[in-house]
Amino acid sequence: MSHHIVEVKNLQHVYPDGTIAIKDVSFRITHGESVAIIGANGAGKSTLLQHLNGCLEATSGEIRIGDTPLSKSTLPDIRRTVGMVFQYPDDQLFMPTVFEDVAFGPLNLGLSGTEVDRRVAESLERVGAGHLRDKPPYHLSGGEKKRVAIATVLAMSPDILVMDEPTSGLDPFARRQFISLLREFQHTKIFTSHDLDMVMDLCGRTIILHEGAIMADGPTGEIFLNEALLAACRLEKPFSMQGCPVCSRALTKKKP
Amino acid sequence: MISINAAVTDLKRLDLLADSDSPIHALDARAKVLVTLVFIVSVVSFDRYELARLLPFFVFPTVMIALAGLPPLYLVRKIAFISPFVLMVGLFNPVFDRAGLYQIGQMVISGGWVSLVSLFVRSTLTVGAAFILVGTTGFTAVCQALQRLGTPQLFAVQLLFLHRYIFVLADETCRSSRARELRSCGKKGLGVASFGSLAGHLLLRTWQRAERIHTAMLARGFVGLFHAHRQSRFGAAELCFLLGWSSLFIALRTFDITASLGALFTGLFS
Repeated sequence: MSHHIVEVKNLQHVYPDGTIAIKDVSFRITHGESVAIIGANGAGKSTLLQHLNGCLEATSGEIRIGDTPLSKSTLPDIRRTVGMVFQYPDDQLFMPTVFEDVAFGPLNLGLSGTEVDRRVAESLERVGAGHLRDKPPYHLSGGEKKRVAIATVLAMSPDILVMDEPTSGLDPFARRQFISLLREFQHTKIFTSHDLDMVMDLCGRTIILHEGAIMADGPTGEIFLNEALLAACRLEKPFSMQGCPVCSRALTKKKP
Repeated sequence: MISINAAVTDLKRLDLLADSDSPIHALDARAKVLVTLVFIVSVVSFDRYELARLLPFFVFPTVMIALAGLPPLYLVRKIAFISPFVLMVGLFNPVFDRAGLYQIGQMVISGGWVSLVSLFVRSTLTVGAAFILVGTTGFTAVCQALQRLGTPQLFAVQLLFLHRYIFVLADETCRSSRARELRSCGKKGLGVASFGSLAGHLLLRTWQRAERIHTAMLARGFVGLFHAHRQSRFGAAELCFLLGWSSLFIALRTFDITASLGALFTGLFS
């Protein structure tokens, strides 16, 4: 039995105003995989992610984490297994100090004082934020907030990491550091992102969502070579695959 | 917009003061909360015309500020900030209460004026004590102390969140207000109408944000209970602090020490 498998079958979500956000989505993500869910704005990426730990309830369909079907009775266990890092760290960090924020999850799991201390210290060290433990979250920079937001989730020892736009709002150096950090994690990882270069760097598999439905699901390298598919889904190749902008401009100028 | 920013920075400063290191900062938050409570009750329980007997109570803020190393001018500015509200409360006292209470030479001072000044002194003392409590303890520790002293958890949690999200909401307000200002080209914009819409948007954004925060909390196993992690000890130092100050306040409240001192001095010189 493994907790690291995510299985989604015929998932559908309709918002109260009648908008169909997810249409008949099915996929299976296995142990240790690193998967990107990409798509244009409003494609349904964040809605899909919020189903994976029960933040949103499916209109129809089934979600299984490992051998456990997602239901009201299994929610506490599933929320420990699936660690969710939200797009905006300000939403994730709500306690008065970094320490208390990271300790929030372990305390809710009913762990004792020394175990909580150990987990908080370990998670903060892991993301390189040990020195921030006594600071209030609102005094941190954007990059620091992101790191602490990941630590809050790591402290709960999840088997699966789900991240919504992990590199958005980071400066280039912080982004690079952050990608290296994410590469070190051995968890099953699921990202949504518009940073397609990060997807190239980190994810072996990519799922494209378009208007709530899956348009493609396969190896990242192959998907990014299919320009017609990308264009149909309002996407582009990652910058790293688009050739050097300086050279291509020079070549265009040379042409009569 | 600038004033909102300045107010938030000012509030952050009060929060940061609580990180200092002093004998007062080191005390358990419960002792400080209880002493402040006894102080406030003693001060507000005086008669509305009482003035002289309130003055000895200034010994508490003075000693606390000195021992905790708090910046006195900063606290005075913060207290001055609320004085217009106090003035509003007592504005009509001199108008309605014209009966003479004291006479200095030819000048008769009415009860209304005395009660207005008394109100100012009381608010300075009580608000000052509250600022000193937060500046030496930190808002979080105050909330946790309240909870450990038996305040319903819901109330303590609400207070904690109120404080935490003042900063986030002030940021949002600043951004919206800046956007409005920049597009109103130094004029009034669309006046009150645009403010109404701005406030409405702010409310809706707040609502959405609250939902996102709640989701984030649920994702980390929140079931409506906040678990205290650090347990500080209520030891001998705390007991001495609590008993010492409380007995002084009760003594000042019960006996008219100012009159006794006055009688002593007049007795000495007569």
